[in-house]
This record gives sequence, C-alpha cells and structure tokens, in this order.
Amino acid sequence: MTRHASHDYVPFGLWVYIMSDCVLFASLFAAYAVLHTETAGGPAAAALFDPHFVLIETLVLLTSSFTCGLAVLAAERKNVRGVWAALVATLLLGGAFLAMELTEFGNLIAAGNSPQASAFLSAFFTLVGTHGLHIFIGGLWMLALLMHVAIRGITKGTSRGILYFSLFWHFLDIVWICIFSLVYLFGSLSL
Amino acid sequence: MFGILTSAAFIHGPIETGGQLVVVLGGVSVLLLLTFTKRWKWLFREWLMSLDAKKIGIMYLVLAGLMLVRGGIDALMMRGQQAIAVGAGSGYLSPDHFAQVFSAHGVIMIFFVAMTFMFGLINCILPLQIGARDVAFPLMNSISFWLTATGAILLNLSLVVGEFAATGWLAYPPLSELAYSPGVGVDYYIWALQIAGIGTLLAAVNFIVTIVKERAPGMTLMRMPIFVWTVLASMLLVLFAFPILTGTLAMLSLDRAIGMHFFTTTLGGNAMMYVNLIWAWGHPEVYILILPAFGIFSELVPVFSQKRLFGYTSMVVATMVITILSFGVWVHHFFTMGAGANVNAFFGIATMAIAIPTGVKVFNWLFTMFRGRIRYTTPMLWFMGFLFTFILGGMTGVLMSVPPVDFQLHNSLFLVAHFHNMVIGGVLFGYFAGLAYWFPKIFGFGLHEALGKLAFWLWIVGFAVAFIPLYILGLMGMTRRLDFVDAASGYHPLLVVALVGACIIALAVSVQFFHFLVSLRERKHRKDSSGDYWGGRTLEWSTSSPAPLYNFAHIPHVHGRDAFWRMKEKGESGREGPYEDIMLPKNSAIGLFIAGFAFLFGFGMVWHMWWMLPVSLLGIFVTILVRSFATETEYVVPAAVVARTEAHHHPV
Repeated sequence: MTRHASHDYVPFGLWVYIMSDCVLFASLFAAYAVLHTETAGGPAAAALFDPHFVLIETLVLLTSSFTCGLAVLAAERKNVRGVWAALVATLLLGGAFLAMELTEFGNLIAAGNSPQASAFLSAFFTLVGTHGLHIFIGGLWMLALLMHVAIRGITKGTSRGILYFSLFWHFLDIVWICIFSLVYLFGSLSL
Repeated sequence: MFGILTSAAFIHGPIETGGQLVVVLGGVSVLLLLTFTKRWKWLFREWLMSLDAKKIGIMYLVLAGLMLVRGGIDALMMRGQQAIAVGAGSGYLSPDHFAQVFSAHGVIMIFFVAMTFMFGLINCILPLQIGARDVAFPLMNSISFWLTATGAILLNLSLVVGEFAATGWLAYPPLSELAYSPGVGVDYYIWALQIAGIGTLLAAVNFIVTIVKERAPGMTLMRMPIFVWTVLASMLLVLFAFPILTGTLAMLSLDRAIGMHFFTTTLGGNAMMYVNLIWAWGHPEVYILILPAFGIFSELVPVFSQKRLFGYTSMVVATMVITILSFGVWVHHFFTMGAGANVNAFFGIATMAIAIPTGVKVFNWLFTMFRGRIRYTTPMLWFMGFLFTFILGGMTGVLMSVPPVDFQLHNSLFLVAHFHNMVIGGVLFGYFAGLAYWFPKIFGFGLHEALGKLAFWLWIVGFAVAFIPLYILGLMGMTRRLDFVDAASGYHPLLVVALVGACIIALAVSVQFFHFLVSLRERKHRKDSSGDYWGGRTLEWSTSSPAPLYNFAHIPHVHGRDAFWRMKEKGESGREGPYEDIMLPKNSAIGLFIAGFAFLFGFGMVWHMWWMLPVSLLGIFVTILVRSFATETEYVVPAAVVARTEAHHHPV
C-alpha cells in the first residue's frame, strides 16, 4: 500500500508559511520605521508608552510560550490532564495579553491619540494590532485543539496539532520581542 | 443592511451597460446550458470539488483564457479611444471610464491572465515532472485556486455593481486615497487582489513543499528539470514578495476604510512609501512571471533540437542569481522620485546586472540549438518569436535602466511598449509555448499545427504593429494613459497603426480559440496514444496522456538528468505490473466554501456591509474546524483498477 502521507509535510510547510509571515511583519516594521517621527504635532513615542506596563505584557506572553512548550511535552507523554492544564493556561495568558493590549489601545484612543491622529499612530496601531490579530487567531486555534482533545483524547493527530500550534505561537513571541525592542524600548529612549 | 450599496450602483452609461449585459448574459447562459444538459452534478463532482492537481490546473487555464478575453477587450477599447479621440473628437469613453478600463486591463492581465496561466501550467505539469502522485497539500491547492477565482469574480463584478478603480493598475496614492477616489472602485481593486493574493501565497507554500519533499527517489536537486528549478525560484519570490503586497494594500485599505494616515497628504502620511513598498513586491512579480517561462523554453528547446540542454548548471545558477537580484532593483520604477544620484546609480547598475544571467540563458538556448536537428513545431516557433521580442524588450529595458535616460522616458509610451515587450513577448509567448508543448499531455490529444502556426504569426506581426509605434510615440514625448491627444502633436497616425496591430492580435486570439475547437473536434485521430507525443526527455512523458488520476503506476526511480530519456535508452517503460494499491485524496467542497466566505468578506468590505465581515470570518473558521475533524480524507485505488487503467492506456 502506497501512503499519500501528506501530514509529514506540515511542519515544513508551516515553516515556509512563517517565513512569509515574517515578511508581512517586516513591511509593517518598515512602515513604522519610516513614519515613527511623523507625529503631526502630537506626542511622540516617549510620552505615550508606559514601558513598565508593556514589560508585564511581555512577561505574560513569554510565560504563555513556556506553558505552550509544556503542552507539547505533556502531549508527547500522552498526559491528558497535563495537556488540558497547559493549553488552558496558554489560552488564558494569551487572553490576558490581548486584554492588556486592548487596554493600552483604549487608553491611547481616550486621550485623543487614535490611529487616525497621525501617520506615526497609524503605523503603531497597525503593527501592534497585526500581532494582536495573530494572537487572536492563535487563541481560536487553541480552542479548536481543546475541542479535539476533548472529543478524541491524545491521539497522534492531536499531539501533532499541538506541536504545529507551538511553532506558530513561539513565532509570535519572537515577533513580539522585536516589537518590544524596536517600538517600546527605542520609543521610550525617544530616538 | 446593504451598507453604502444603493440601486444607483447598478445604473451606468450606455457603454458600461453593454459590459454589464455581456457579463450578466454570459453568466446566465452558462447557468442555463448547465441546467439543460444536466451537468450540474458532474461539474461539481468532477471539477469544482476536485483535488487533483491536473484538473485544478485545467480550471486555472480556463480562468486565464476567459480573463484574456476580458483584458483583451479592455485593450481594444483603449486603442480605439486613443485612435479617435484626437483634435475635435473626444472619443467614445469618458475620461473616468477610460481610466477604469486601463486600470482593469493591467490588473486582469497580470493577476488573472499571467499568474493564473502560470499556475495552470505548474499544476498540470510540475507534479508529473518530479515523479509525484500529487502536490504536497491537495486541499490547499483547491483553496488556492478558488481564492484566485474569487478575486477574478470580485473584479468582474465591479463591471455590474459599482465601478472599478480609475487609478492605474498599481493604485498609487494620494489618487487612490478616499479624498480623491471616493467611490468603491479602489476597494474592489484592493479586495480582489488581497483575496487572490492569499490564494497565490498558499499556492507558493504548496509548490515549495512539493518540490522539496515530493521528488521521486533519485531526483536530486541538480537532476531536476529546469522548469522545476524556475518554478521553485518563482515560488520563493512569491513567498517573499506577496506578503509585502498584502501589507501594503492592507495599509491603503486602513487609510480608506477607517481614516488612517499611511499614505495620505495630511498628518504625516507618506505616499512615496506606498510606491516603494508596492514595487518591492512589483519588481519581483515580473520575475515570478518570467522565470517559469524561461523554464518552459529550457524544456522544449532540447526536445525540438534533439540534443540535451547546453549548460544545465549555468542555467540553474543564472535562475537563482536572477531570483536574488530581482529584490534589489525596485527603485528603477521611479528614478524620478528624487532619491538622489547615488541611490539611482545603485539601482541602475543592479538593473543592468540582471541582464547578465538573462543573457547566459539566451546563449544556453542558442547553443542547445547549435548543430541540433531542429523541428519547427508550434512551441518552437513561440520560442523563436520570444527570442526576437524578448531581446528587443531586454535592450530597451537596459536603456531605461540608465537614470538620465529614464528621466526622459519615465511614464511615456516607450515604457508601455517596453513592458508589453517583456510581458507579451516574454511571459505570454512562453506560456503559449508551454501550452502548445504540454497540451497533448494535459488533454490527451495534439493540436492542429497549421492553425497553431497561423496564430503565432498573427500574434508576432500584430505585436510588432501594435507596439513598435508606441516606442516611437514615447520617444516623441507621448505620455501613457492619455484619453485624448492634441491634433498638433502628430501622434495620431501612429496611434491608428497601433489600433490596427491590436486588431491583428485580437484576430490571433480568435484563431487560437478556433484552433482549440478544431483540435477538439478532431481529437479521435489526434490522440496521443504513446504518452510521448514529441519524443520528450523528462518524466511527464513517461506516463500516459492524459496522465491517469494517480499520475504514475509506479513511482519512477531517477538515475540522472533527463530521466525519461535514460529510461527510453535502457528500454524501460516503468509501467509494467505487478501493481499495488494507491491512496489518493478524496474530492472536497472545502475550497468552494472558504472562497465563498472570502467573497462575502470582500464584498462586505467594498460596500461597507460590516455585518458580513464577522459572519464570513466565522464561516471560514467553522469550515476549517469541521474539516479538521474529517478522518476519511483519502481513498484507495485498488491494484486491479490500476492494472485495468494501465492496460487501457497502453495496450500491449
């Protein structure tokens, strides 16, 4: 019997896709780099961002990456409760990250610094928001994985699914490190 | 409920109404024909839901053919307008309508003819050339096609409901911003391209994985046919270039939909950033299209010269060098921006440098032909025609890569003639050659040679008559996209000549469609019963024509380049029994569902029907979720069926 074993190609395909997503973020980073001084008379990055708040946000996301790794290990050991605990923790931490991001956005908009206020803010909201959108999609992916685990338990398919998801989730971590460094840290230095 | 869509969107002037009627009546007559011939079930089961790359490829080809007609009509309309809107005459198109026509022409020809045609040929041939049963992700392949088709449908819908962008094919801001293009035309443009672009990106992922992972045992990278190499290069370019397009159009869309300021003239927006970003995608796009055409020529020149390809390694190196250099030349599209002499010099020299690997390729083809026993078949004629037009276009390109010269020629008809020289004489002739060459493999019967040759001669003569005047007009100072020319300018006679050329091309296209019909009618005695119609060298010719569902009864073992040629020399056929069971992907409607929801999303964005956005996104999520629970996605073709199929195709 000749198997059409297409699932073997998924990790490589995912890596290839992630490369293209890097380019998407690269173009948004480039736009931010070009526009970050175009504040149209409004406050610049240093006056807007609270690095301590964003540091906590960052730690939340990095912790979620850790729990995501635990989910992969638990799935390998066929530890159903471990998978549940780790995936739910990842989901909650991802949700907390998104909530913090939306709070930051809400505060900025309430103070009149909306994405419509200047080219700088357009670029900022789009870059950070696109990352947030990816986190949201990751959250949906986690929900789907939890449904699979609930219905099917830990099978070859579900544990593979968790592994694929972890690739995506760690990638979002790396993008966030770039955002944290280039947008928030450099921003608070007011370069 | 309907956003900004009102009944006014359906009411147009007389000429637009004509276009509207053609689209609506064409659609309705197809629906009626399907109903009367009771072909609905057949259409869905056998074609629309198919995950077979060969069938998906044919659907891409059909879409490209339809769009070629639409884009061609746009071209005739433009040539007609410019030939009569002179002096006291104002032509038959309003300036706004004329602008929509030239914008639609460019978008359709690049995205829905060239790209679509390319993916058609890749789907039909690439898996066969690497000795694979299918692509790496058959379902994603179907999704890619349907997203491309959705983009095309959305674009053509703008003819019926609303309007299309009047901004040129790249929709430069600030003109494409809401302040200067308040209608929905630019939104149709954005969402047609976004949706088709995602399909293209997924297809690139698919073919990269297919080429890297699915090659037959023994087919090392340096044993791959050159077409496979060029597709790999082209798909890598898609992977790195299309996300830039997605990001750029997303930014433009955010400007238009919620009032951001990426490219506006106020509050710090920077329109030149758009021009930089769009060409950072747009220049690689040119190579995305031309590299597979180079690959096609590299396949057929050895076959019709009856010699192996000259300089295989240098061909591979040249392909990869072009791939890398193509990301370093984008500024040559706007030397006049004012980036400064040093920046312009860098990009000018980088542009000239690309001519070197391209020249290597041309010499390799010529040396392949040298002392070969050349057969002047239709595909070979397309190649010879390509050599002349492409070298002419290449030389005018190098001419314009000199920044001071470009300052004179920027935005002139010289430029228009140059890139048509590359895209028609290079890309399109390449794909026509590929279609003529692989037609027997794809459909199982050969084409009428005499009519094919007639179409070629009409094309090349029409091309020269239509575009050489444009070179001259450009040197005379005529800028592009004029809906009216002054009588004193002296442009008029040459514009009439160009119209004649466009009509000859229209005749050529008609002859092409006629020659498909004639060949179809005579398919019984044009049948390719050997599977090796031309005496080919590569694996696609080792299986029957058309290839069976499973492509190969046995996965071939490759021992060198030109694998099939080696098999023939050793007297192996690779088709004898005993056979084994083969697993294949089942058909699926998932692609249709996802594309349907994507269509709703695009339409909702264009007409500000915000409620449609969450509905369609939820629909896509649920579709994917449901599919993720599917278990029986493959089926078995039993060995007995394989044996029967092989015996039927190759009676001993």
